[in-house]
Amino acid sequence: MKIRNYVDKIKPKFQKGGKFAFLESTFDAFETFLFVPNKTTHKGAHVRDSIDMKRVMITVVVALLPALIFGMWNVGYQYHLSMGQHVGIFQNFWFGFLKVLPLIIVAYVAGLGTEFIFAQIKHHEVNEGFLVSGLLIAMIVPVTVPLWMVAVSTILAVIIAKEVFGGTGYNFMNPALVTRAILFFAYPTKMSGSDVWIADLTKNPNIVDGFSGATILGDLAQVKTVEQLQKVQEHFPVINQIIGTIPGSVAETSFIAIAIGAIILLVSGIASWKTMFSGFLGGIFVAVLFNLIGANAYMQLPWYEHLFIGGFAFGMVFMLTDPVTSAHTETGKWIYGFLAGAFAIILRVLNPAYPEGVMLSILLMNVFAPWIDHLVVQSHIKRRMKRAEINSKNI
Amino acid sequence: MKTIKIKKGLDINLKGKPLEKISPPIEFVYYGVYPSDYRIITPKLNVKIGDRVKAGTPIFFDKTQTQVCVTSPISGIVENIIYGDKRKLELIIIKADKQIEYEPFAQVSPALLSREQLIDQLLKSGLFAKIKRRPYGIIPKINEIPQNIHISTFDTAPLAPNYNFTLKENISEIQTGIDVLSKLTNGKVYLNIDGNISTNIFENLTNCQITKFYGPHPAGNVGVQIHHLTPIIKKEDIIWTVNVQDLAFIGRFFNTGKLDLTKKIALTGSEIKEPHYYEVIEGCQITPILNNQLNNENVRIISGNVLTGIITSKDMYMHAFVNQITVIPEGNYYEMFGWAKPGLRKYSVYGTFLSKICKNKEWVLDSNYHGGHRPFVLTGRIDKYLPMDILPQYLLKAALVEDIENLEKLGIYEIIEEDIALCEFASETKMDFQPIITNAINLMIKEVE
Repeated sequence: MKIRNYVDKIKPKFQKGGKFAFLESTFDAFETFLFVPNKTTHKGAHVRDSIDMKRVMITVVVALLPALIFGMWNVGYQYHLSMGQHVGIFQNFWFGFLKVLPLIIVAYVAGLGTEFIFAQIKHHEVNEGFLVSGLLIAMIVPVTVPLWMVAVSTILAVIIAKEVFGGTGYNFMNPALVTRAILFFAYPTKMSGSDVWIADLTKNPNIVDGFSGATILGDLAQVKTVEQLQKVQEHFPVINQIIGTIPGSVAETSFIAIAIGAIILLVSGIASWKTMFSGFLGGIFVAVLFNLIGANAYMQLPWYEHLFIGGFAFGMVFMLTDPVTSAHTETGKWIYGFLAGAFAIILRVLNPAYPEGVMLSILLMNVFAPWIDHLVVQSHIKRRMKRAEINSKNI
Repeated sequence: MKTIKIKKGLDINLKGKPLEKISPPIEFVYYGVYPSDYRIITPKLNVKIGDRVKAGTPIFFDKTQTQVCVTSPISGIVENIIYGDKRKLELIIIKADKQIEYEPFAQVSPALLSREQLIDQLLKSGLFAKIKRRPYGIIPKINEIPQNIHISTFDTAPLAPNYNFTLKENISEIQTGIDVLSKLTNGKVYLNIDGNISTNIFENLTNCQITKFYGPHPAGNVGVQIHHLTPIIKKEDIIWTVNVQDLAFIGRFFNTGKLDLTKKIALTGSEIKEPHYYEVIEGCQITPILNNQLNNENVRIISGNVLTGIITSKDMYMHAFVNQITVIPEGNYYEMFGWAKPGLRKYSVYGTFLSKICKNKEWVLDSNYHGGHRPFVLTGRIDKYLPMDILPQYLLKAALVEDIENLEKLGIYEIIEEDIALCEFASETKMDFQPIITNAINLMIKEVE
């Protein structure tokens, strides 16, 4: 326990009255990262569950890894595909790794830096929430997005979506999604179109003639006739949608990798199955409804393909289930999830300005979640009062 | 017989369950009475150091309801009176006689006494202070008539004593106790028994409504049982509750005319060499019990169970209303990268640790928080541990902001600290929920009553 002794030795310098007292929160963050504190219970239950916020967050990070690793590989695969080359798995992965790693680092440095500063100013502990948010940010942007934009958007998102409301636990919108929204609206040319999804597409001289870097969602938004729809479907076979070998944001493409993450989140009990399930249910409901209406070509896209393409699965599994910004009541989770899934598909199909509606629909439901909860709590209170009447009649 | 199945909740399978055997008699010299055990009593001392007391002599009275008193469990001499901050009376220590002397009370059958006479007897003997009333879990007002009275005959908390064992010779006393209580209410006496025991000693008691409860902890909490039988919605819905051990005291008092607070308690926990039962008189010093029973010195000694008990130490005394001592390891250690380990030995209700694969293991839990305090994140995960039609997160939120109106609507009248303890155990925010509920109850008493 040499490290422990060292930490104990330098600890007083970081406490009140010490030389580095202004770094107290920072020290605490690193100390608790190294060691689970020796704090014992004094009020309330004497024993506590072994879980803590760090464990929750690290579990989410683990659940994100399959999608992240696949996403890195896919970045390399798409890049080499654009040049008509076929290279080994590792070469693809390494290429993608070098492209994605800077995104992760920039998101973490910008976001955690902001969090540390705020924790320091407000004298509270640094929260672990950003360990997940930072990774998420890197996973839901196009691989070509300029790093400085990521940094600016991350800082802005952490401040306006999180810190002004009091930090992790008090934010009502998912910080990673807010980051993406800021990027999307502030720098639209870097976040949509057909040039941003594949690394180096615009400056690479070796692109195969006629290669299109557009995503399936981008193509679908252009579809006018059933023939065009079939063409798009031929270009992006269902099997590729499920495996994820299609262009898209870094880690959103593989349904299989996301499904593995979903299983980890559900088995560990970290994410609510109600939220996740009702999200998919809402999406399926609307997609089937569109199939039945079939008013235009896009509506005729088979309902199940909606689940595989774009950020739908990723959003429903990892973003919608964020416990802080989701609905908190059990009934509320059903409503919240269902509407988020439904709006995502509605936006996607009916609004040509936004090829993908998942981000906006989840943010919208984030805003409405407290209201849904309010309604659920009010009806709960009403039910309780009714029970009182029945009870007094019995007596 | 009515049966009720509780689904929500959790049985924490701890190491150190008591063997069903009783230790040979031990001699106790010192006894203690804690005024803080009796909620909302403002004590006015009736004795001073050096006074002789008998078993049943009032030690202190309540300043607000002057007839309510707490009496000495033993005869002897008042050895010391200990005050805390602001001269708050904390503990009265009595040195016991070799031979116990009892205060003489009239021995009359409760059937012959009126409600007023019964209350009077209970007040004089100090046993009235053993009754609690809901809302709030406090000592009842003398002039109030409860709608119903509830008795839980089993404790589902971790390592709790088995009343089917400790009270098996006291059934006639409990019957007398029920007869007394049945005259105190216009409603019924509800006797709530453990459905998981095949031959329950409480099953054949009469003059009461028996209900079988099935399910995990907190199915044995009387608050949970009240919720499912006669829910409390407004502050006028007054229910009295009596711990089944205290009910035996009441019955014994009316049977014999003596205040005899002899009971069997369980010594439990992973740090006890041989967990088993002891026969003691309430308020005894725990030192002789713990002698040669501790596995090591770095332990947390709890008067009560690991969820709701009071921190105590080797030279302190048994608290009232408590029928068990639990000793677990003190968690005052650092654990390197503890949050990142696979966690085969870490107990958790969540599936993030490998320990989830050990199904029937007996766990050793210590008093470490296992993490840092975090803001109150509402996740809905703790709802699974409160088997009531109550939203614990919203109730706690209302308690934190002292929102009286919402506290009332969301169910503060049905809850006391012990009901929320499992939620507190399972919460990853490491917040202390029980003190939040205590504050809310105190607020309600101050503002509403």
